[in-house]
Amino acid sequence: MTLALDAPRIVQTRPLLQVQSVSKSYSDVHALRDVSAIAYPGEVLGVVGESGSGKSTLLRMMNLEETPDTGSYTLDLPDVAGNLFELDRFARRMLCATRIGIVYQNPHLGLLMKHSSSGNVAERLLVAGERSFAVLREKATTALEASEFPLERLDAPPIELSGGMQQRVQLAKAIALEPALLLLDEPTTGLDVSVQALVLDTLKRLQQDRQITMVIVSHDLGVIRTLADRVMVMRRGAVVEAGLADQIFQDPQHAYTQQLVHAKL
Amino acid sequence: MKLADLTKPWEALSYGFLDASAKREMRRKMLKSIAVPGCQMPYASREVPMARGWGTGGLQVSLTLVNPRTRVKVIDQGADDSVNAASIRRFIARVAGTPTTMDTLEAGLIQSRHRVPEEILRDDQVLVLQVPNPEPLRSVQPNMSIARQMHADADYGRMWLQLYEQIVRSGRVMQGASYPSLVHGRHVMTPSPIPRWDVPKQHMARHLTILSAGREKRIFAVPPFTRVEPLVFSDVPYKVEDHGDLTCTRSGTRGYFMNEIPQNDGTSAYEVSDSEWGVKTIRAAEDGGETRGETWYKDGKMS
Ligand SMILES: Nc1ncnc2c1ncn2[C@@H]1O[C@H](COP(=O)(O)OP(=O)(O)O)[C@@H](O)[C@H]1O
Ligand SMILES: [Mg+2]
Repeated sequence: MTLALDAPRIVQTRPLLQVQSVSKSYSDVHALRDVSAIAYPGEVLGVVGESGSGKSTLLRMMNLEETPDTGSYTLDLPDVAGNLFELDRFARRMLCATRIGIVYQNPHLGLLMKHSSSGNVAERLLVAGERSFAVLREKATTALEASEFPLERLDAPPIELSGGMQQRVQLAKAIALEPALLLLDEPTTGLDVSVQALVLDTLKRLQQDRQITMVIVSHDLGVIRTLADRVMVMRRGAVVEAGLADQIFQDPQHAYTQQLVHAKL
Repeated sequence: MKLADLTKPWEALSYGFLDASAKREMRRKMLKSIAVPGCQMPYASREVPMARGWGTGGLQVSLTLVNPRTRVKVIDQGADDSVNAASIRRFIARVAGTPTTMDTLEAGLIQSRHRVPEEILRDDQVLVLQVPNPEPLRSVQPNMSIARQMHADADYGRMWLQLYEQIVRSGRVMQGASYPSLVHGRHVMTPSPIPRWDVPKQHMARHLTILSAGREKRIFAVPPFTRVEPLVFSDVPYKVEDHGDLTCTRSGTRGYFMNEIPQNDGTSAYEVSDSEWGVKTIRAAEDGGETRGETWYKDGKMS
């Protein structure tokens, strides 16, 4: 039997993620105004903007934790169809548990701080129905290893770990089931600069090895520049500019983007 | 007008202490809980002349189910003769006029605190278990309304996570009493704090078990011939307490659940926890009269 090893890679042209015209208000705060976003398979979409611009709200929508007032959301995945905001709680939970991984800015949101680190990763596998202790342990270890987490601390609770290590546990949990989409909300904010660089390296390596589609949110343009293929600039709940990273960084069109890019240079 | 005109003529208390509407409430919730095995049903828990936490949930079920011919047995941690068991037994007999017994085989209704008798129960018997904490998810989800959603979604991953954590920390599953069990393949229940030893007795049992928490006002049930499966990993088998080889120092019976009695010299002696089983064993040895029924465990092994 011969394998077609040299067959050309199929060029994907359909976007994996598509958010269309999403708006959301909390009483009198317009957190999101007519926001659209797109990411192609294997791409990193960077969302940048000042604090309060609606980045986290958009990410929570992508993780189906919240429903907008208007707008739609589709993921081009097998067995996933239609506007995902119309799914019920149970279907959302199953979709998020198996196909989407998320890393929150605040590890307290994503982790059980007093359980073991491996247990935090195992929880993800348990929700997906894994019931063998040996397999849970093995897969949790593999995911933590891929997140470059020190394995001698495998069973240490996150509460005893540094911020950088906590983010690695979150990351391991997020990738344990090999999700199609990885959402990262300010994954390096609050970390020391040197630790920040290490976590970014890990993310880069993961992206290259696994070709996971990622959406990374940050107020730090440097982080976005390091990782993103495609960039969205947000301000006061609206998208001011979006496009390919090179284009945005070399030739920003909107005054706000120009200000951001030049401040960073 | 005389005072007598303002009051109703004297009437006896409702049969079995509880008034008709309280009993109707209990019956409706019992039927519901039987219809959805293992699912907790909230109920209006009444006052009974006993402090909450001393078996008021079980007592309300018993008082609703008994009729003047129901023979009642009450046990507390396996013993018929503890103060609490004796008080409840006397109370039921007094308000309902029911005959009482200590013999498991003779009883129509058995109210129990945290044990299932060793002799196999029949389809004409009802076991009423007193439950202090009916919510198995409490330790993993303190928010009750989220816990209810988790039951609705059969979202029980965290229960396994708890077992995972125990194995990681201690090398084995440490969960003793209240071992979480999946009922009829759908709802996880805490089988009241009965020991692990007693959990397999509930699986496909012939009798009806009703579990009732008076303080928390929840009722749930294991109907006859219902699957009760302790949560386990596929590669870590369920283990009951290591009591199969222990011998009761008072009765000489062997292979049943024992109470440990620490001795002055630091060692331990053991007494069979099902006190009536011990009494029957002694009687059989003294006069040869065999009154012992079939048991779930034989030679310390579940058959
Ligand atoms: N659950 C909520 N309730 C009320 N206001 C909210 C809620 N979530 C977000 N907001 C508001 O929406 C705006 C955008 O917030 P957020 O998405 O967290 O911004 P960012 O992540 O860009 O800093 C803020 O003004 C915030 O106060
Ligand atoms: Mg934010």
